[in-house]
Amino acid sequence: MSEWWTYRPSDFLLFASRTYYRLFELYNADIWPLQIVTLSAGVMILVLMRSRAPWRGRAIAATLAVCWLWIAWAFHWERYAAINWAAGYFALSFAIEALLLIWIGVVRDRLHFDSKPSVIARIGVGILFFALAVQPLLGLLLGRDWRQAELFGVAPDPTAVATLGLLLATNRIHWIALPIPLLWCLLSGTTLWVMHAADALLLPMVASLVLLLSFRRSVSRR
Amino acid sequence: MKSKLHQASRPPLAGRRRLLLALATTPLIAPLGASAQSSSSLSRPIPSSGQALPVIGLGSWITFNVGNDRVARENCAEVIRIFFAAGGRVVDSSPMYGSSQEVIGYGLGKLTNGQQPAPVFAADKVWISSGTRGPGQIETSRQNWNVPRFDLLQVHNLLAWQEHLPTLLAMKAAGQLRYVGITTSEGRRHREFEQIMANQPIDFVQVTYNVLDREVEQRIFPLARERRIGVIVNRPFRQGDLIRSVMRHPIPAWAAEIDCANWAQILLKFAVSHPAVTCAIPATSSAAHVRENMGAAVGRLPDESMRRRIVAHIQKL
Repeated sequence: MSEWWTYRPSDFLLFASRTYYRLFELYNADIWPLQIVTLSAGVMILVLMRSRAPWRGRAIAATLAVCWLWIAWAFHWERYAAINWAAGYFALSFAIEALLLIWIGVVRDRLHFDSKPSVIARIGVGILFFALAVQPLLGLLLGRDWRQAELFGVAPDPTAVATLGLLLATNRIHWIALPIPLLWCLLSGTTLWVMHAADALLLPMVASLVLLLSFRRSVSRR
Repeated sequence: MKSKLHQASRPPLAGRRRLLLALATTPLIAPLGASAQSSSSLSRPIPSSGQALPVIGLGSWITFNVGNDRVARENCAEVIRIFFAAGGRVVDSSPMYGSSQEVIGYGLGKLTNGQQPAPVFAADKVWISSGTRGPGQIETSRQNWNVPRFDLLQVHNLLAWQEHLPTLLAMKAAGQLRYVGITTSEGRRHREFEQIMANQPIDFVQVTYNVLDREVEQRIFPLARERRIGVIVNRPFRQGDLIRSVMRHPIPAWAAEIDCANWAQILLKFAVSHPAVTCAIPATSSAAHVRENMGAAVGRLPDESMRRRIVAHIQKL
């Protein structure tokens, strides 16, 4: 792409905002009642984080990985690709994130949580809770149809935020799993920004907070 | 809206300006007598062939990329129906525009119930970095549109133009294509653009032109006239930003002098009144907006002094 500096983010917007939100409306209708399953899975992750079961890290990582894989295929590949030719790359990225979670949490069993979580870890839990319970309601508060709600486990934004919260809540920073959800937050935030969405800054703010706290924790543990 | 347009097309203009306007536009602008409804539609000849094209076309960037949403597809099909009923012919798309080509194909199919080719001037683009994959992409696009052949194919944003242009010119020579062009937007790569215009046997260029983006008036428009190249104007509303900003203000009284009932018509008439311009391709997915846009294809066009007035007025807003 020559003269790349002359391009603005809005030059890459391929669809109208109503098309974007209708995509979620039709997707939600198609997959119903899967949303109940994924929201339950999200609650289960929160419960498991507080449990002492030795397999909890593996179960959480596997659950989250299944969500990322589902979104890669059912959302990005099957639906978003119809209006965004870049969605194939998003699908690939989400599948890679699923594999990373499986590698870290299932194969190597490295997803652990302190019995007495630090302040930063507690913030991570708070971010996860936000993604599960608050983020889906924001659209409603901003005047969007409830049928267009973006829910954990089936929609990319809350799933990326929940994953960042979870990674912040673990007893060590898994840097390898952070880039894809961080980049997604930046990309999705930019998409919402050029669509003039009122909640456009939310995802970049969460991503910045997680990155900042991850660095801080990394430095403080040296 | 239709009645308003017909009222607006009454000619109250007096004497001198009307005579000057007639003298200025007679060789270039003519009514397109295709149907009763479009009998007063303004058209321009394609410089390389003389074929008349209505001055208002239909773009598809963003607006027709609605994916598999059946409700939205029906809405786009209705926009296409209104566009053709009002005398429109030129529809423009690109493989870059997501599902837009398929949506156009759906709309054109509904227009004729699939019985015969739609009376469309099908303008599309090739947009792929590999020259060898260009013909495959063009064929996929043609199938999406469901047309026997394209009227115009353009190299999108000059991407791999050295490889695609020989392919398009060969298709034209073989009768598989009628016109060849190149595109750019928002003033990018104009120097290279001019070199292609000066050295390659192309029929069309597509550029961004509106009241606020007028750089093409300096070199590209004169070169187009000199080389007998048609000009298609994209982003006449600056992707909606321009019309959203002017719509906060009342329509000036002088709009009636050029038979404009709304801001969309003022902006479009400004774009297509430049003598180098063949047509403009505003994009919309709104039935009301396409009716407004098509109103710019009837009545009087601004002369040079009115064009300056439009620029001065909008710059002050």
